[in-house]
Amino acid sequence: MIPLSWYLFVAAALFSIGLFGVLARRNAVAILMGVELMLNAVNINLVAFWRYRTPNQPIGMAWAVFVLTVAAAEAAVGLALIISIYRNRDSVVAEEMDMLKN
Amino acid sequence: MSFSIVEFLKSLAELTTANYLRQVWGNAPWVELVLDIIGVVLVSSFGLIIVIFLIWLERKLIARIQDRIGPNRVGGKFGLLQSVADAMKLLSKELITPNGADKWAYNLAPYLIVITSLLMWAVIPFAPGVVGVDLNIGLFYILAISSVSVVTILLAGWGSNNKYALLGAFRSVAQLVSYEVPMILSVLVPILLARSMSTVDIIEAQTVPFILVVPLSALIFFISSLAETGRTPFDLLEADSEIVAGFHIEYSGMKFAMFFLAEFLGTLFMSGLFVVVYLGGYRFFGLENFETAGGFALGNLFGLITFFVKMFLVYFVFVWVRATLPRVRIDQMLNLNWKFLVPVTLALIFAAAVVDKLLPTGMGDVSRAGVHLFSNVLIGIVTLEILRWHGRKQRVEQEARVSRNLEGVEALAAEAVSSEAAAAH
Amino acid sequence: MTETIIFIIVSVFTLATGWIVVTNRNLFHAALALMASFLGVAGLYVLLDAGFLAAAQLLVYIGAISILIIFAIMLTRRMMQTNESAFNAQPGLSAITAVSVFAIIAYILWRMRQFWPIEPAAGVPLASRTVVPDSLLMDSVAALGRSFVSPDAFVLPFEVASILLLAALIGSIWVAWPKAEDK
Repeated sequence: MIPLSWYLFVAAALFSIGLFGVLARRNAVAILMGVELMLNAVNINLVAFWRYRTPNQPIGMAWAVFVLTVAAAEAAVGLALIISIYRNRDSVVAEEMDMLKN
Repeated sequence: MSFSIVEFLKSLAELTTANYLRQVWGNAPWVELVLDIIGVVLVSSFGLIIVIFLIWLERKLIARIQDRIGPNRVGGKFGLLQSVADAMKLLSKELITPNGADKWAYNLAPYLIVITSLLMWAVIPFAPGVVGVDLNIGLFYILAISSVSVVTILLAGWGSNNKYALLGAFRSVAQLVSYEVPMILSVLVPILLARSMSTVDIIEAQTVPFILVVPLSALIFFISSLAETGRTPFDLLEADSEIVAGFHIEYSGMKFAMFFLAEFLGTLFMSGLFVVVYLGGYRFFGLENFETAGGFALGNLFGLITFFVKMFLVYFVFVWVRATLPRVRIDQMLNLNWKFLVPVTLALIFAAAVVDKLLPTGMGDVSRAGVHLFSNVLIGIVTLEILRWHGRKQRVEQEARVSRNLEGVEALAAEAVSSEAAAAH
Repeated sequence: MTETIIFIIVSVFTLATGWIVVTNRNLFHAALALMASFLGVAGLYVLLDAGFLAAAQLLVYIGAISILIIFAIMLTRRMMQTNESAFNAQPGLSAITAVSVFAIIAYILWRMRQFWPIEPAAGVPLASRTVVPDSLLMDSVAALGRSFVSPDAFVLPFEVASILLLAALIGSIWVAWPKAEDK
């Protein structure tokens, strides 16, 4: 039997990889991909805790479904924003979106 | 228990060979592994081999409907070996990888698309007890896998490094993604009635086949499966008579054949799914439970035959539609989806849920089916009325436009005549 | 034993493809790796007996979100053909942050190592997977569905989620719609 902590380790690693992507990538779409990885890591945790701790109550699964919903909404709005910015500024590089700076 | 060839043949006829082999070989862990591998090989090779026959059948049927003869040279009078010859030709062709193609995406896509179309067969019950795996989320699994196959089209389109392939992939994906919506929604109605997503449970729940209970849902499922498989009248992504073939334009030889294979396999799968969800699968008036006096359970075999006969009947309808209907325009396709199919399915789900809740629990299956059928017919009539009203309005507008144009033309002509007359003076 | 091997393969696959997502310079390949990573997470769900969520993962993440991302990549294609670095000015700092986040979580998990034993031990609450009958797991999808419409559970969050989706739908169309003055 696989111990719960293994799943938590994998989720933590995936979360950190996603975090690195969010912090280090230039392209806005790539940043969004990093965010999706982080959300997935959270979901692994939720489902693992559901299976190991409360398999008779679907709370963990329900929250995982909500995270899925929010991820879908976030992706749609985020990509719409990126496309809109690309249309206006001709760039999807996060560093160059600095119109409000000085 | 020792192996006996008579018992083995008997178990083959009863379609319980796996149980028989389990008895013979005992309960060693490798037995399950071997049986699993045999099952996987059987289910997937069945699909791959039957496609060769399907292509011949389709060409022959379409030829007949269009008053032609169809393939008649290779393999005797009926051209039975035509597709085999085609396959040999495709096998012997060179595999081209275009310059500048994305090697990973380009080479991965044909395999992935065949894998996804084979994976879906895992949950189809061919006969009582003959099912790859009876998942409790069977139908949801099918929908999930079929949404993955969309990705492979994007892979092929992008990987080819050809703007036509990319545009074709965009068109395909737009159509597939939008027709996924009415398909998923229409399948929700049988799920609601059967109270389960498992394919086996859905078949078991069909004392009355669901096509008689919710005919509108079946119709919408059929239309959207036509679009999902990209067949006429929804083949505008391929439209071989008008534009280049779409996302697989750069593929040659066996890689092209893979897309072809996946398309036919997908169509056959959709017919099979239609049979499972709406036509009662392997059930045929209790024939699937038939047993001879000596306890020889032939019912499974009859169930298998029933399933295949039904599946090929539905496949025939697919071919029939393809040979008969003209292609729709892209705006017609999108309008049909978002303004007709999706709203009607939403109404259907609502009606099915409300009717199911209102009916008393002790009611018989047939009377239940009657009430559902009544609600379906009602929704159908209302839909038709709305369509008729809309059509009349459009026709009136169009006639007004035409007569305005005609007046304009007449005025112009009169002016021309009078100016000519003036010039003649 | 088999389960452990499958777990290791699936998680290594998930993490490796995740790594490709954040480091690959070709954005399209990064998106493909993202899909593979989602597939790996779906595999983890299957190992956790959550088949429904695995299928939902395929349907939503691979079938919808990844395709959206690929569409966005293709629509903003001109930008990616420039041969620039994948990273901004601070990959080192970001790497330090990410590694330290992982280190903190790992340290906490390590502090709880007495709860790790593989076999259930007496008096150890987090020891191992709670053993439940298969029928409960088969019914977990039905229980999930019931909890979404039950006033005692998640009916309010469920409705809010549907409004969120609608708002996102309308909002993204509005944001991405070409405005008249742009033309």
